[in-house]
Amino acid sequence: MTEVLHELLRGSLDHCVKCTICETACPFSNATPLFPGPKYAGPQAERYRVEDEPSVEWSVDYCSGCGICTQVCPQGVKIAELNAQARHKRKQESGVPLRDRLIARPTVLGRLGTPVAPLANATLRSRPFRAAVERAFGVHRDAPVPRFAGRTFRSFARRHSSPPASRRVVYFHGCGTEYYEPDVGEKTVAVLEHNGFQVEIPKQGCCGLPLQSNGLFDDARKYVLRLARALAPQARDGALIVGNATSCTLMLKREAREILGLADDPELKLVSERTYDVCELLLELHDRGELKTHMQPVNEVVAYHAPCQQQGHWIGKPALELLDLVPGLEVRELDARCCGIAGTYGLKREKYDIAMATGADLFRQIGASQAGSVACDSETCRWQIEHATNKPSAHPIELLHRAYGLPPAGADSKRSTLRGVMTRNVERVRNRART
Amino acid sequence: MAGLSTDVLVIGGGATGAGVAWDAALRGLHVVLADRADLGEGTSGRFHGLLHSGGRYVVKDPLAAEECIAENRILRRIAADCIEDTGGLFVTTPSDDPAYAERFAEGCRATGVDCEEVEPAEVLREEPRLHPGISRAFRVPDANIDAWKTAWALARGAHERSGARVLPYHAAEAIHRRGDQVVGARLRDVRTGDELEVEARVTVNATGAWAGRIAGLAGIEGVRVLPGRGIMIAMNHRLVNTVVNRCQMPTDGDILVPIRTVCVMGTTDVHTDDPDDQTVAEDEVQAMLEDGERLVPGFRRARALRVWTGVRPLFQDTKEGVASTRDVTRAHTLLDHAERDGVGGFVTITGGKLTTFRLMAEETVDAVCRHLGEERPCTTATEPLPGSEDGEHYMLGERLARREDGLLDDQLVCECELVTRRKLEEAMRRRGTSNLDDFRRVLRLGMGPCQGGFCMYRAAGIMHGLDGMSAEQANAALLGFLVERWKGVWPILYGDQLRQARLDDWIFQGVLDVGHLRE
Repeated sequence: MTEVLHELLRGSLDHCVKCTICETACPFSNATPLFPGPKYAGPQAERYRVEDEPSVEWSVDYCSGCGICTQVCPQGVKIAELNAQARHKRKQESGVPLRDRLIARPTVLGRLGTPVAPLANATLRSRPFRAAVERAFGVHRDAPVPRFAGRTFRSFARRHSSPPASRRVVYFHGCGTEYYEPDVGEKTVAVLEHNGFQVEIPKQGCCGLPLQSNGLFDDARKYVLRLARALAPQARDGALIVGNATSCTLMLKREAREILGLADDPELKLVSERTYDVCELLLELHDRGELKTHMQPVNEVVAYHAPCQQQGHWIGKPALELLDLVPGLEVRELDARCCGIAGTYGLKREKYDIAMATGADLFRQIGASQAGSVACDSETCRWQIEHATNKPSAHPIELLHRAYGLPPAGADSKRSTLRGVMTRNVERVRNRART
Repeated sequence: MAGLSTDVLVIGGGATGAGVAWDAALRGLHVVLADRADLGEGTSGRFHGLLHSGGRYVVKDPLAAEECIAENRILRRIAADCIEDTGGLFVTTPSDDPAYAERFAEGCRATGVDCEEVEPAEVLREEPRLHPGISRAFRVPDANIDAWKTAWALARGAHERSGARVLPYHAAEAIHRRGDQVVGARLRDVRTGDELEVEARVTVNATGAWAGRIAGLAGIEGVRVLPGRGIMIAMNHRLVNTVVNRCQMPTDGDILVPIRTVCVMGTTDVHTDDPDDQTVAEDEVQAMLEDGERLVPGFRRARALRVWTGVRPLFQDTKEGVASTRDVTRAHTLLDHAERDGVGGFVTITGGKLTTFRLMAEETVDAVCRHLGEERPCTTATEPLPGSEDGEHYMLGERLARREDGLLDDQLVCECELVTRRKLEEAMRRRGTSNLDDFRRVLRLGMGPCQGGFCMYRAAGIMHGLDGMSAEQANAALLGFLVERWKGVWPILYGDQLRQARLDDWIFQGVLDVGHLRE
């Protein structure tokens, strides 16, 4: 942490007029008394923090880091960022449990599970095994865990060569795409190529966000800087960076610089300035009249949930406008704030119930929407939504992919069917309902 | 009319008066301690909170420096819980004469003030807000001290040790003399109008800037205190965590003291004729903010919470022929009126600074014992105050830690200063006062960023519910506090605090319509 940056964040507490808008909006303090709320943990408690005194706060660990407080603050207080730093200090002093060290490393889990996917998936869905894991590690037995795809997105990327085009982008796919949803990555690439982008996919790792939200700042810094090094060369040549994992792109755009104090790193700065959310990029293209709008009808009703971290991009809800272009598609915008999972928060034994209570509004709205499926930009939110509502969910880009009538993803993979990921997700949910 | 009889009547409940009460009680004397307002309501509670290391005086007034460092060491032991050990710095900013640093270091060596020169780069790492152009820096044992907590610990200790009566809101109406002997005083409870006769073997005038008036009541002439008023500005949060002094000849606006959740910029020195003068002049505020910029660039853009005026007593003896009795280098003055005026049973203590209150009390009670003709040695240098027995200094995070402990079973009333409902109700029962400002001093209620905007209506409601106070009384308490807070806010209404004041105004005028409350 550079002192200057911390002082800037800390200085923002001067703008707090105690209006309580953040606490009204905080999905977590409204669900549990264990987190007294962002105003308390942020601008209020910050006045009592001195570098060389030990952290005295246990409650800040119940902040999920969703960032809604900072988004809604009309005065510009960096509430979530202050809370993240307080949580980090707390974790540094009290120690980070093995569980948090593991679930914060999707690349490690992904590498372990991918080669033995069928076995790993079956094991992760075995009740006795999950009960044992809960007792031993504190990962809640009912918490939603994704399915290993059994192949990596990288294996596709290695074989894939994007046709030359005038516009170049670097695709940042994130760990969810790499190990669990390579289909989403393939479709993202296909949609981008369909719209005249040449897509480059450099070898890349985790952005470090789960480490950061679990208070492991040093490791998070290493991860995000390594990622920045991987993405920077193309960015320097003028390419934009585009990603479908909305939390991970937010990490690159803003959070790593503000929360981890990496504002001065030149490569991260470059990457940060050139990073786009995929829907944001496509909507900009559309605004210039350059997005392909010839689409097939998709006669379905879909509910759309904008994840907290997508909202942290300050770009509105570009997915809604893109989905509006799809003929026949009826989109129901949901205004509940949060699904509760917050990356790894809802996986934890002591926080699972809080996460489910936090998401209750959203789940109710989904139920009432009569939509057949849910569109949502973040993979962990999709997994939580599927878990809580038994409705399939998809990234908005998957719906665009269908509407464009592009060839199905995973066509070159033995394990993939030709039925499209939406259908697969329906099966996945049915399987879970059965178990 | 009610009456009391005691060994020592102390008039003036600042740090010095409370210190006299504690000292006398430890020596086994019976004490009555009275103040026209609340303890620490005057000069003691209106300073910047600095426990001097003496560094400020090493060049200008070496004797004062020696007193300060000696008392600093003692108070750290006996009043540990009232003190936060922030440490202090003297820094040479680009606005300061670089030659002073050598004189400063030499002065510290000569007076015994602990001083260590440190690299400016190291200081800037610790205190990144400080001016990056600092050329030299010295570490000294400055600290902060909570004057209200100290005064109440002294008073409580005096009560516990020898049953001292502590009478806030009791003004001295008359001082009784029997010939050449002062024998007591008539006090009036300013809240009820009830009068109280106190018969005392010795009466101590510890009223600081008001000492001339009280001496006058006893028929003593020529006690002239020239009140010097100075403003202080509290900033919304700690811009520094160490006391920072500019390394230059002491002048206006050269100290920034982190105390509790704020830091206080001080101070000015303007002569006034009236010790109750609480003027805050706009040019003084502007000058202070300008001085802040010299220490912490961007100071003007940081949020100022509140400004107030403190009046320091500067003693001048105008009685003919006695000028020589005053030690002109000493910051405080003890007047033994038996020696000075031939009036027994009466002692005046004035001048001085909060850091030396214990020494002033010791000298005063020594004089009291001379009047009584009794040999009673002083023990205040070694006896810890109630609450400070374990010798642990106060830590800024203490309130937050307590709040976290009680998170699930107690409500927060003042969110900024983390005052819980239980704490407030306890204090309300203990103090039996309807003045919300009294709870501010002991609990810091309403002292944070919103300046009571969100806690005052809560506190008034709680008070109303507690002891069957009428709605009109509760309304009056609320309005009284709002008026008091407003005094300190309007002179610094700019930037963030202006926005806060607008919101508070909407709450109180717009939602609660306090302008039309029945009193």
